[in-house]
Amino acid sequence: MDDPLVIAGREFGSRLVMGTGGAANLSVLERALVASGTELTTVAMRRLDASGGGVLDLLGRLGISALPNTAGCRTAAEAVLTARLAREALETNWVKLEVVADDQTLLPDPVELLDAAEKLVDDGFVVLPYTSDDPVLALRLEQIGCAAVMPLGSPIGTGLGIRNPHNIELIVSRASVPVVLDAGVGTASDAALAMELGCSAVLLATAVTRAQDPERMAAAMRAGVEAGRLARLAGRIPKRFWAHASSPAVG
Amino acid sequence: MKAKVNGLERELADGSTVASVLALLDAPPSGVAVAVDGEVVPRAAWGTTAVPEGAVVEVLTAVQGG
Repeated sequence: MDDPLVIAGREFGSRLVMGTGGAANLSVLERALVASGTELTTVAMRRLDASGGGVLDLLGRLGISALPNTAGCRTAAEAVLTARLAREALETNWVKLEVVADDQTLLPDPVELLDAAEKLVDDGFVVLPYTSDDPVLALRLEQIGCAAVMPLGSPIGTGLGIRNPHNIELIVSRASVPVVLDAGVGTASDAALAMELGCSAVLLATAVTRAQDPERMAAAMRAGVEAGRLARLAGRIPKRFWAHASSPAVG
Repeated sequence: MKAKVNGLERELADGSTVASVLALLDAPPSGVAVAVDGEVVPRAAWGTTAVPEGAVVEVLTAVQGG
């Protein structure tokens, strides 16, 4: 692998982490996942009788690692129990930790999040917390042992893109674990911007699964992430106020 | 005896174990996890862990999400 994403010592060739929520059916999801090139994809934990099964078989068939999340949890206690159940069911100690405050915003509850992260790290989990774009909280999550931090660009499912690019840059500039832009991506340029700002990866679901053509949007996101990563590594020119001729002025 | 399984009150045979509750639910052999009264029961202990009277049993699996 040329430029792998490394989280907790594990290498991934793709810097696009996908979610599985919102897809009309499993065959649409399958085409989108294949087009995205993803190697890591989230699943939720729900009661056995709930609909939406079959996703684990699909990921297994595609050779994509499942990343269980704690979506729907409101307290640290709920999230810790859900993570432990996921570890048992999926035989992985990786977890995307989500503890949201309310249904309207689905914003992370920072107090419960930090508490849950601490308990799960102590319990041997590789914790990938979905967090607000707060540089102070991001640093705290890293300090307690999270394997990555995953700040939002904007609230889940809004497609509003990255509302505070400066905060994302601040988080990136101080992080020594990978920063994964999680939530808010609406289209490919948002994914590219996240990578240009220095994120190590992008996690998205709705922007693909609810697009008119999920397969094509997945391909767009893949290209966006790759373009943004290349641009970040290439080093952009500084912004200038006045024009600067690119052709020789003499001769 | 009675127990609450995934939110539903159920009448279980006396001496029921986690494994027998899973059989009742027709649970697949992999990809599920069980908590009894808020504590995860490891797979290896399903056959030997009794479900107490009035227990709250949660059986979870992975679904599309996130």
